[in-house]
Order: sequence, then C-alpha cells, then structure tokens
Amino acid sequence: MTIVFKEESFRDDFTYSNSDWAIQRFPFPFDKDSYMYSVNMERHVPVQAGSVFEAAFDVDEHYVSEMRDRALVLAEDPLRCQSLPHMTLAGWDVLELIMTSKAADYPEHFELHRDGDTWRWINRPLGIDQSFTFLDETTLPYGPLEYITRQAQGDFAVLDQRDDNLWMDAGMVTTQADWSLDFDIGMNFFEWHAPVPKAHEMGIFQRALQYLLNIRQGEPARRLNWTMTVNPLLDTSPENYHKWGVMRGELTPENIGQKLHLRVELQTFYRLPRSNGLLFPIRCYLISLQDLVTVPKWGRRLHRVIRDLPEELATYKGFIDNRPLILEYLSKYDDGAPTSPGIFPD
Amino acid sequence: MSGGANFQVTVFEVTPVNDLITRFSFVRSDGGELPRFSGGAHTVVEMHDEGKRRLNPYSLMSDPADTRAYSISVRRDDAGRGGSLFMHRQVKPGMEMTISAPVNLFALDLRARKHLMIAGGIGITPFMAQIRQLSMMGGRFELHYAARSPDLAAYADTLLAAHPGRVRTYFDEQGQKIDLEALLDGQPLGTHLYVCGPKGLMNWVLETATQLGWPREAVHSEEFLAPPSGKPFEVRLAASNKSVTVDEHQSLLEAIEEAGVDAPYLCRGGACGQCETRVLEHEGTLIHNDHWLTEEQRASGERIMPCVSRFEGRTLVLDR
Ligand code: FES
Repeated sequence: MTIVFKEESFRDDFTYSNSDWAIQRFPFPFDKDSYMYSVNMERHVPVQAGSVFEAAFDVDEHYVSEMRDRALVLAEDPLRCQSLPHMTLAGWDVLELIMTSKAADYPEHFELHRDGDTWRWINRPLGIDQSFTFLDETTLPYGPLEYITRQAQGDFAVLDQRDDNLWMDAGMVTTQADWSLDFDIGMNFFEWHAPVPKAHEMGIFQRALQYLLNIRQGEPARRLNWTMTVNPLLDTSPENYHKWGVMRGELTPENIGQKLHLRVELQTFYRLPRSNGLLFPIRCYLISLQDLVTVPKWGRRLHRVIRDLPEELATYKGFIDNRPLILEYLSKYDDGAPTSPGIFPD
Repeated sequence: MSGGANFQVTVFEVTPVNDLITRFSFVRSDGGELPRFSGGAHTVVEMHDEGKRRLNPYSLMSDPADTRAYSISVRRDDAGRGGSLFMHRQVKPGMEMTISAPVNLFALDLRARKHLMIAGGIGITPFMAQIRQLSMMGGRFELHYAARSPDLAAYADTLLAAHPGRVRTYFDEQGQKIDLEALLDGQPLGTHLYVCGPKGLMNWVLETATQLGWPREAVHSEEFLAPPSGKPFEVRLAASNKSVTVDEHQSLLEAIEEAGVDAPYLCRGGACGQCETRVLEHEGTLIHNDHWLTEEQRASGERIMPCVSRFEGRTLVLDR
C-alpha cells in the first residue's frame, strides 16, 4: 500500500492530525470497559491487515514529519541519542533488523540491496540513497543506531543483557513520555524503573524482567501502554517539562476535545542476533479525543475506563486534576450501550 | 514445542573428529538461511529414538556470521541416557531433523577489554564461535584449553594455527596443568573470565576466581547438565488433569511433553529458569539437579525444574 505522508508539526502551531485511515487503525489500548495495570505481553505477530500490528515497524502518514521533528530535537540536544562503546555491534543489529523489515513490509517505499557487506539502502519518503559497508562505521554519516533510528518512528532503547539483568546502554529517545535517556543510560532494569510505586509491584517487575531475558531470536513480543497528553507533543521529556507541564492547565470544556490526546505506546521487544542484546522500540501514537469518539465503541469505553480508574493510577498517569473535565466531555459519547470485546472498531 | 522458533534442517556432514567426538553440520531443508547468532549460543536438537523424543542442547561452534550451515560437536557418552549415542549411531548425512533457533546463555560481555577463556574437553565448542566473533570484531582473547591427550583435544591444531600466541593447550596425560592462580592474578583490569568444561574444572576455576577476588559479574560459565537418570516415578499434572509416568531414562519435562502437555523451556539443562514449575503437593523427596533454584526455594519444596530434576516418593502433583 502506498502511504500519503502528511506535512504537519508536533510543536508551536501543532498542525498534527489523523486522517480517517489513521483513526480507524489507531491502537486503542482497552479490550474491555475497565483497565488494570498488568504486563499483558503477547507475541508480536501480524494481526488484522492494515492495523499497526501488521508490520514489524509500522510506518504511517506521520512518518516524514515525525522524522523531521526528531532531527529538530537532536539538533537542540544531541544527547537524546547515545550508545556506550560496547553497544556498537548491537547498533548494527538494529540497523539490519529495521532495514530488512521495512524493505520487506513496504517495498514501494524502502529498498535494501545486499552483496556481502556492501549494502545499498533506499528510503524514498526521506529521499535517501545510501551505499555503505556493513559493520564499517566510517561509511555512514552517523553511528549505525543513530543512522537508522533517524529514519524510524518511535523511540528505541537498546538493552545489553548480562548478569541476569538488562542494561540501558544505548538508545534514541526523542518522543518519550516523561523519561530521559541521558538520566537512565547505563542503568539496569530495576534502576530505570525506580521509584517503583508499590512493593507488591516488585513481583510484576521481576516476572517482566524474567520474560524479557528469555525473549528469543525471531520471537518478538509486544504490549501497549497509555497515558494522556495535552497537545500532540511527541517530546514530553523531563528536560522539557517546563514547556509541556504548563499545557496541562490550558484545558477548557471548549478545547478539550481538540487539545487532549490519548497517547498510546506500542512497545515491542526483539532479541538481537549478533550482540544478544534486546531492542525495545517504543512507538507513540496520538489521537485527539474528538477524533477518538468518532469510533462509537471507543468513546463509550474510554469514558468507562477513565471514570472507574483508581485514583492512584489517574495520578500516576498525570491527569487526576483534569479527570472531571475529561469525564464531562466523554460522558456525552457514552449512551450506556454494551461494547464488543477486543480493541478494534466494530 | 514451547522452546520457540524451530527450523527443519538436513544433516549435511557428519565428521568424526576423534575417538569420542563427532561433528554434525546442518543446513535448512528448504534451502533458506539460518539466523545469525552470537558466540556462546546453543541450539536444541530434537531426536526420535525408538519412540522416545529427546531434546538436547548443544553449543553452536560454527562461525556466527555463517547463515548457510550450523555445526555442533557431540561427545559420545557411553554411560549416558542415549542422546549422544543416538547422534553418533543414527544420524547420517541427508537425514532431516528439527533444531531450535539459537539461544545464548553464555554470551560474551562486550565491555571486556580482554576475554580470558578456559575450556576443558568438549567445553571447547562455545569458544569456537566466540573466537570467530571476536576475530571479526578485533576483540582481544586468550584461550587455555585442557584435554586428556593431544588426540582428544578437538580442534586444538586448528586453533593453534589460526591464533598463534593466543592459544595454549594442557594435556593431563603429560602431567600438564593450568597454573590457574598465576593466570588469574596476572590479568589486566577489565578482563572477563569464561569457563566451560567438566564439573571439576568449572568448580576449580570458579572457586579460585572467587578466592582471588574476581567480581562475580566478570566471571561467566556454562554447564549444561544432561538430565540424570533415576528411578521411575508418577506425577499428576493438575492443570491439564493428567497423570504420567517418568521412565528411568526420561526427564520429567520429556514425560510432560509426551503426555501432550505444552510446557515452557529454554535450555533443558537446568540453567535458564524458564521451565520452573509449582509443586502443588508432594509426599517424598524432590531431587533438585538444576543450577537455578536458590537454597530457600529448594527447602520450601514449592518449585521444581522439570528439565533436570526428579522425584522419589509416593505422590507428586504439579501445576502444569
Ligand atoms: S529449561 Fe532451562 S532450567 Fe529448565
């Protein structure tokens, strides 16, 4: 399928929006009318043609603009992409995985030609035609991780696996929900999840770590996570909290449908072949409430989920103060009718 | 099988290396490529031996960058349960087999400034792949390889020829022994130690390293336990509502699988933790053979690792 790439911004005038196609394929994260925190991991295999779960690395209409936004963030703050010295091999693993996946999933947009270590990569949407030598950093304009993740939507954490733990030793992080690569770099799984809110959640974390340590080559896994963001801002980083934190106070009954966005992260996990590292892509999808309620099932369900969410979770997700406003808006789209199981529109 | 992705492969070559060791190479039956892997990875080979299904892990020893063929080396164990005998006697070129995607439980620590490797006997195999990987990356390594005699030191000649000055051999028959304390003492900062081989060698190296103050995270070892044989026993699988008998030469995991119950595993050698199973009830003794459970967990009697552990007694009920 040929994607039509949109011109839009994720800052200043915020012209970001979703087409009807993008709305229908939005990864709505609730499969029933209530939500409980869980790790809910499943295998990352294609489901439902056209959905964001079809390709290994989903490309959508926001691709070109999102990559431009990433370049802007990096120009201001180069530390958003880092790779400790021992992670270069993992960077090549990532480059190979993304290039081969994109070329296979979107042949009309991406091509990869390989002759031994002599590679040629064509990225039509971004106008790139690059010949290089695989495993030779001097033949690319950036290190392998930075090179390829400047051309792939979503954040990428690259984890080294050792001592029965995972270490955040490389990454490209410009579209994050309030965490910082520069702060977390070099940390292990427990350190970067600190402070863990509750002791009983320790068990969840331990099991999640065990699951991730055992992810095998060719058997990627995925899960969805979600929060709410005011304005379609990709970069809600702690470094920029002074810029986006205040926006939370800008909501009114009149502008909430347009300004407030459900922010969904499609998190995937891949075992990397040469380095035995783990790639953790975190792909962010944003949808305004007014677009979301055009799918009646989602309008009803989101209202019920937000209404019944325990206080501590609403606080943790950062919208406790705005909850009454959100409910007032969403209640208009909930007629009490039952909803069908699963996340997809009816 | 619950081990994950598998490949249908055809045995390409069967090469006797010495009196005890034979090398097998596999190519994909559909002509496709096998995945790359990292040095130290193993594959699980599925065997059908007189009605018994066995799944044994073997370290991959081929070049990790070679996607056309994998190779493993198998040491014949005349006293074992038969997996290695099956490989030696039944497996012939052209035969089709199933192997798992690579899994690495013995990976190189890529932060290391130097990789110091100690191999004993068949424990040389994971190092073969690691050395290829390090050669490709320009990594610094040193291998100390102990074997009973020159005849039984598989691949020693190749390694000595390819990496002069980096490989040293020691032959028990000639009274040669690694001067371990001196070796471990004289290493530059940032060296990581790797050991693979028979239990005696492993324990000796690990204990000496601890005594000399090597940090735990700089010491790596791998030992696949072959599932030990033992007295047959009965087990009830509560979740699937089945009862099975575990034969003398069968592991508990194999018996569970034979009953058609899908159970998780990764290494099948007591090392990875993936097969951990809850014990709901037992009247008798759990015989723990794994490297996974802690002393407290063993004492509690609430967990068992069915890939290597057994049971003796009246009743055993598992949550599986
Ligand atoms: S399968 Fe790895 S410990 Fe049992």
